[in-house]
Amino acid sequence: MLVESLKRELKQKLGTEMEGEVTLLLFTSELASETCSDTRLMLRDVAELSDKINLRVQNFVLDKEEVERYRIDKIPAIAILGEEDKDYGIRFYGLPGGYEFGSLVAAIIQVSQGKTHFTEEAQQKLETIDTPLHIQVFVTPT
Amino acid sequence: MQLAHQAAILNSNITADSIEANEYPTLANKYAVRGVPKTVINDKIEFVGSLPELEFVQQLLAAVQPPA
Repeated sequence: MLVESLKRELKQKLGTEMEGEVTLLLFTSELASETCSDTRLMLRDVAELSDKINLRVQNFVLDKEEVERYRIDKIPAIAILGEEDKDYGIRFYGLPGGYEFGSLVAAIIQVSQGKTHFTEEAQQKLETIDTPLHIQVFVTPT
Repeated sequence: MQLAHQAAILNSNITADSIEANEYPTLANKYAVRGVPKTVINDKIEFVGSLPELEFVQQLLAAVQPPA
């Protein structure tokens, strides 16, 4: 699904920037849309670019325990997990194409590094948040 | 989207969803998504477009402040 030139570029970027292992946990359904199979193919390609990226596919209908654990309510859904399945609360819903593909790659690298690039002031303010905060960002591929 | 992701990595109380609006029309309709990126925080604060880092953080803080 990814073109060869992009694969080469990504392979190098991931090789240089990734530190810890990352698991892409994909929730999908055999009976669901074309988007689910497209997302699966895309993630398979991404996972092949680095031995630090693992792809695990869960069935949205059958794997109820995992669906509940990761609070998945729509598919296709991707949870980006760190080492030992550490859940940072990052989800992608829908095929991460176009501009979103860049966000997906950035999220993989950031989870792998387990660090962020906020200024000290922003970081201090963010650390004061001690109640659940749910951010939803609506995007389109272009 | 990257600021929301980074916020989620930094603070375990924060979760960040990226949602492809065209694929979830019901949800996009619920939040009246007409421009992207549209950010909705705790169903309480929303804005369209990308904000500079500190302004983004201020919006997050505003969403968790108890009502005056």
